[in-house]
Amino acid sequence: MSPTDTIIRVRGLTREYRMASETIQALAGVDLEIAKNEYVAIMGPSGSGKSTMMNVIGCLDTPTAGEYWLNGVEVSRMTDDELAQVRNREIGFVFQTFNLLPRASAMHNVELPLIYAGTRAADRRERAGRALERVGLGDRMHHKPNELSGGQRQRVAIARALVNDPSILLADEPTGNLDSTTSEEIMAVFADLHRQGQTVIMVTHEADIAAHAHRVVTLRDGCVFSDMLGQAA
Amino acid sequence: MPLFEAVRLALQTIWTNKMKTAFSVIGVFIGVTFLIAVVSIVEGMNNYMVDRFAGTLLGINTFHLRRFPNFQTGEVTPEMWRSWVRRPRIRYEDADAVEAAITVPHIAAWESTARAELEYRGRIARDIEVTAATERYFEIKDLPIEAGRPFSAQEVKAGAPVLVIGWELGERLFEGRDPLGREVKIRGIPYRVIGVVEKQGNLFGISLDKFAITTAHAPAKRFVNPPGVVDALIVKTGSQEELDVAITQAEAAMRTRRQLRPAEENSFAIETADAVLDFWAKINRVLMMALPGLVSISLVVGGIVIMNIMLMAVSERTREIGIRKSLGARRRDILSQFLVESSTISAVGASIGVGVGLAAAAIVNATTPLPAAVAPWSIAVGVGLGAGVGIIAGIYPASRAARLDPIASMRQET
Ligand SMILES: Nc1ncnc2c1ncn2[C@@H]1O[C@H](COP(=O)(O)OP(=O)(O)OP(=O)(O)O)[C@@H](O)[C@H]1O
Ligand SMILES: [Mg+2]
Repeated sequence: MSPTDTIIRVRGLTREYRMASETIQALAGVDLEIAKNEYVAIMGPSGSGKSTMMNVIGCLDTPTAGEYWLNGVEVSRMTDDELAQVRNREIGFVFQTFNLLPRASAMHNVELPLIYAGTRAADRRERAGRALERVGLGDRMHHKPNELSGGQRQRVAIARALVNDPSILLADEPTGNLDSTTSEEIMAVFADLHRQGQTVIMVTHEADIAAHAHRVVTLRDGCVFSDMLGQAA
Repeated sequence: MPLFEAVRLALQTIWTNKMKTAFSVIGVFIGVTFLIAVVSIVEGMNNYMVDRFAGTLLGINTFHLRRFPNFQTGEVTPEMWRSWVRRPRIRYEDADAVEAAITVPHIAAWESTARAELEYRGRIARDIEVTAATERYFEIKDLPIEAGRPFSAQEVKAGAPVLVIGWELGERLFEGRDPLGREVKIRGIPYRVIGVVEKQGNLFGISLDKFAITTAHAPAKRFVNPPGVVDALIVKTGSQEELDVAITQAEAAMRTRRQLRPAEENSFAIETADAVLDFWAKINRVLMMALPGLVSISLVVGGIVIMNIMLMAVSERTREIGIRKSLGARRRDILSQFLVESSTISAVGASIGVGVGLAAAAIVNATTPLPAAVAPWSIAVGVGLGAGVGIIAGIYPASRAARLDPIASMRQET
């Protein structure tokens, strides 16, 4: 693996939550490297620190200790606003709970990252439209989230994550709120995106979903327990 | 986020929360309505006082020599009043001497006024202002003749029983028939109508078109003043400087005639529009000083209301803020979103306030004798203050929103 292909490099990553009486180590010194065009599944029991790690990798959270390089830039010491810009340019995040703006149309939801990137309105609409078409929602652009099914909402969220051409697509249990048929459809979308060259990191509880990935990283008590190349690779 | 985008978003949010917005703008709305309405009325009064009141009743570059002032601009105590009525009256000789003493170019007229009944073939017009004047009166008072003619110097000298009447008096007495040449009786003595003055409109709801002017020595003069006495000598000059000279000369001439010692006060009054205008300026100042206080109280209250509404909006929309931040919104993006929203809300309230204020001014104008004129600056100040209050009231809620942590915010249930 050549160093230029490395997108994420994490060294001794630690995230502590200081509570009134105790300190919880959600991440206890994680070392990890992820290269371009990998499809990584992150597994582990509940409370093992998967979401915490995704939030740090997604620049939504900052580590208590350790280093995090994203595309060769150290982001672990950045300010709030610098992190916001990194999130805007480098990261597409898909959440279990979709996190769409309820009063905005699918189109406007997908446009949001472009608004904060300062893209002109005409450009924005065109790119948002293309992203929605990519996830098979070309005919639902002007629907509001409550006029869409769960699977369609998650597709809108994926389109929104993709619209800025991020270096990594992060998904924290993206099928956690969906039935099994819809889950399969959403997994097909991710597989398709990966085939087109997108780097994907996904948290999941289910082995059959992890089977889509090339590599499975298992966390336990905030540490990497195992790191294996899967069958799909 | 570009400003245009932010304003559009704000308007959208306002539209979806119409009731809440309506409630939150009440304070700003009241403040601005008040500002516009009061300023319009004061401004209207101002125009009226300067153009019509002072101009029409007292005249520009004009002074009236009288026994005591006609327009009291301060408190008149009973002692003052008693000393005034003890003063000697203005006699023909006084008027002549004063006029002779004035060296700057001027025109002058005599005036004596009383209220009387006018009768035409059984129709009676009561409480009409009848003025006995000399021929330059029309020129000095700026009363253009619409039909017929004014009376001449010969007619004044001869005490001819002729009348120039106001437009409304003509309507009343003759019911639309041509007034010219008709015979009107005042105290049983017949007068011939020779002219009608152009319509003058009204002042504070009082018609300026119900008057009759006759010659200075006409029979009617007898029941206005004792023989040889006039109410006022009116002198008009071409400029303020000439007026000042004329007043000094008139005062000196009168003091000489009355043999007043230097320590003694004038036993006569020289009245100009200045005194009335000064008095008005004083009232104006008081109003304009009270106004900012009243307006700022309602704006402060309005600002507090908006701040609370915005704080509510921030906590209701914590999840939205988290989502926006997760997608790359920086602190200043969230800050400006909420600032634009609060100032837009406030500006909407201010604009409605401007509208209602203008409507109030128009209603006052139409239904009361108070004139109202909209001052353009008050509209600008109103909207500006409104938006400014919005920005100030929005700072605290917006900075709270901007500092929210994206993960914690997104986790919040809605
Ligand atoms: N905001 C927080 N304050 C305190 N402790 C937290 C906070 N967020 C997470 N933790 C703790 O950190 C640990 C890791 O949590 P995390 O959410 O990363 O687990 P997870 O692997 O995603 O679990 P799940 O599979 O249930 O989603 C847990 O023990 C959790 O209680
Ligand atoms: Mg989790």
